[in-house]
Amino acid sequence: MPDETMPDNTSGRYPGYDVLAKRNGPSWNDKTRAVIDRRLAIDPEDHRIFDDAAWRTLKAVCDRIVPQPPKRAAPIPVAALLDRRLQEDRRDGHRDVRLPPIAEAWRRGLAALDAECRRAHDRPFHDLGPDQQDALLRAMQEGRLDDPAWEGMPSRLFFASRLLPDILEAYYSHPTAWNEIGFGGPASPRGYVRMGFDRRDPWEASEAKPGREDVAWEENRRVR
Amino acid sequence: MSGDRMFDDPMPDDPMEVPRATNGRAPDVFREGGWVPMREHSENEAVDFAIVGTGAGGGTLACKLAEAGFSVVAFDAGPYWRPLEDFASDETEQRKLFWTEDRLCDGDDPLKLGDNNSGRSVGGSTVHYAMVSLRFRPEWFQSRSKLGYGADWPIDWREMWRYYQEVERTLQISGPLSYPWGPKRPRYPRRPHELNAAALVLAKGAEALGIDWAPTPIATLSSPHGKAPPCVYRGFCTSGCSTNAKQSVLNTWLPRALAAGAEIRDLAMVGRIETDRAGLVTGVHYHRDGQWRFQRARNVVVAGYAIETPRLLLNSATDRFPDGLANSSGLVGSNLMVQLNQAVWGSMAEEVRSYKAPPSLALTEHWNYADDGKDFFGGYCYMSQGPLPIVWARTLAGSRGLWGEALMRQMERYNHQVGLKMVGECLPQERNRVTLADETDRYGLPVARVTYSYCDNDKRMMRHALGFMGQALEAAGATDLWEERDDTCHLNGTARMGSDPATSVVDADCRSWDIPNLWICDGSVFPTVGGVNPSLTIQAIACRTADRIQALAGRGAL
Ligand SMILES: Cc1cc2nc3c(=O)[nH]c(=O)nc-3n(C[C@H](O)[C@H](O)[C@H](O)COP(=O)(O)OP(=O)(O)OC[C@H]3O[C@@H](n4cnc5c(N)ncnc54)[C@H](O)[C@@H]3O)c2cc1C
Ligand code: SF4
Repeated sequence: MPDETMPDNTSGRYPGYDVLAKRNGPSWNDKTRAVIDRRLAIDPEDHRIFDDAAWRTLKAVCDRIVPQPPKRAAPIPVAALLDRRLQEDRRDGHRDVRLPPIAEAWRRGLAALDAECRRAHDRPFHDLGPDQQDALLRAMQEGRLDDPAWEGMPSRLFFASRLLPDILEAYYSHPTAWNEIGFGGPASPRGYVRMGFDRRDPWEASEAKPGREDVAWEENRRVR
Repeated sequence: MSGDRMFDDPMPDDPMEVPRATNGRAPDVFREGGWVPMREHSENEAVDFAIVGTGAGGGTLACKLAEAGFSVVAFDAGPYWRPLEDFASDETEQRKLFWTEDRLCDGDDPLKLGDNNSGRSVGGSTVHYAMVSLRFRPEWFQSRSKLGYGADWPIDWREMWRYYQEVERTLQISGPLSYPWGPKRPRYPRRPHELNAAALVLAKGAEALGIDWAPTPIATLSSPHGKAPPCVYRGFCTSGCSTNAKQSVLNTWLPRALAAGAEIRDLAMVGRIETDRAGLVTGVHYHRDGQWRFQRARNVVVAGYAIETPRLLLNSATDRFPDGLANSSGLVGSNLMVQLNQAVWGSMAEEVRSYKAPPSLALTEHWNYADDGKDFFGGYCYMSQGPLPIVWARTLAGSRGLWGEALMRQMERYNHQVGLKMVGECLPQERNRVTLADETDRYGLPVARVTYSYCDNDKRMMRHALGFMGQALEAAGATDLWEERDDTCHLNGTARMGSDPATSVVDADCRSWDIPNLWICDGSVFPTVGGVNPSLTIQAIACRTADRIQALAGRGAL
């Protein structure tokens, strides 16, 4: 099996699959290349919407919601992707009346989370251990947080309508996440040919079946 | 056109910032950088029709009216895309097709439009729709008299049958040789698509439970047609089709509209409809290229989707019409209907890879046509599904409350997941409505407030469908089943048609009762929604409206 010098997708369900290997092939059009190149160029530390305190909280929250393999050489810059979305003010087109606009909801939600931590643990969120962090996130998910810093915004709603979907949107917009789940990724103009059960085009991810991991590895290295 | 290469412009442009349809030309949607000639109309001379919105209703009507010889200017707040050069294979980027400005949602069940959000593009929501093209069950046009719920349409189903056929031909629908439900219909223009594994699961489940299923009649080509190639099964349909295989308003009705002399103004947001002292409309105020402008018109048609249509009518209030235009019944904005979009998901031992092909290649309308044993009014169909990763992650997390390692483990099963999703008929209720909020948009116009609560009937239908889809999925061999309970889709209603001015906003011809030269022609006019996706019916209504307008003009009754 692969050694340390291999890319970080050597294990897992789709060993060796790299959707970016298709970048210059017939599955990507120019527009897609431009869009993904721009996304991959985002500096993981770039934050213009969140101040430094909120940024540390946000990064810690992302690490709990979408934990990444510790050995991943280039982790998905989830927080920076979210900051970029807010910079560009990309909204949803619908908003529960109990929530303020997206950037304000995030600012307030992260500040409230920190306030809750300081009250309960006398420390900011990013300084807590994973179990304590998870307990707080679960309390938010269940709507049990009500520090005045929430300013009337229901913590359960913030979790369900902002925190969770926005972080997932950022994470799964990244090719590394597509590798992890074996998604074919961009597919224009080539598209796909084999449609039925257990049918795979040679340019799709090959799933490692127990005992046959190296077959998948070989097939995935040939994806173009 | 042999000479149109001359117009080609090598400079890249940003269609979200600078209007493209100007200077006597509009984008050729079939060629990168291409143009087609476009007739332009003076703002100072009244055009026959100013149409607000170029989606399923407005775009279709623009085509048909222009072909009938009327002068037409159609406005859309959104950009004029060339799919081949502007569309990426990417969920995030393609949110640029959506109406992203906030609408405020409240009620007992505040709507989450999510990825079922409506469009803001020339071509409207059909640019990112899933292309499922279904006819209503005939009785739905008279659900009050025949089935005991909802409201009757003022139109006979047999007339609609003819218009459905016109739309099916225009969109070159691919569909089954014979359709299992409803009265006989002509053959679909093109053969059905090969089924993907997700669709085969639906078929297996239906057969195990002894009900009919069919390949979905769908508006993506199964063989080349004109300048459009057949579908390549890339599966990004609800993010926009970058090959033009999808038959949307953008690449079907609108090229015809331009050829017939219609003008389309992109990035043109209509803020207000002007009325005169006689109580007639005189034109529209619209924002384009950084300034407010005015287009005179003998008739105005509003076709902005079931949210933006009532919003514009309400925002156009005057001293004479203090409650907004066409609103003497008080019904503008009310009777908003969503469709139920609940699903059951599970996991197959085999690889399914449902990201391949259009998402809904198989369906059953069994519960639209079978009435026995139902404890609710109305019907529903259900379809196979093909969510892309972001939608899938949000569904999984939203429905099951998963995050962290638990979520990542489930996401790893992406290629094995499979689902059945309903499109279900919600009942019209006056309390469900679009009103104006205090917040304003970038033009200073009040945004829409959308209030929604399910009624008991909706909830009973939901339970029935979830139970049945669960059985079907299990019978097809799926395991680890779970329910997605809170999704909705397809907004309609808010300016219903009818035969009585006291209980409806427009008549059967989509003409407003209050103002004879103001028309509404989009999903807003639906008195009921039925249990099928609405776009075919919206386009059929637009075709009918065009014929009626021609007939009325012919006898001097416009
Ligand atoms: C993700 C998704 C999938 C769908 N799948 C299907 C499907 O498979 N089958 C089906 O039948 N239906 C489907 N639909 C529904 C279908 O697309 C819509 O019901 C239909 O397009 C609505 O038609 P409309 O004319 O009412 O509005 P739209 O098609 O939304 O057009 C309205 C247009 O008006 C413009 N507009 C609004 N206000 C203004 C203003 N003030 N000034 C200028 N322009 C304005 C908007 O920019 C927009 O382009 C889907 C919808 C979505 C969102
Ligand atoms: S699957 Fe077909 S219709 Fe859908 S986006 Fe691809 S080519 Fe277009």
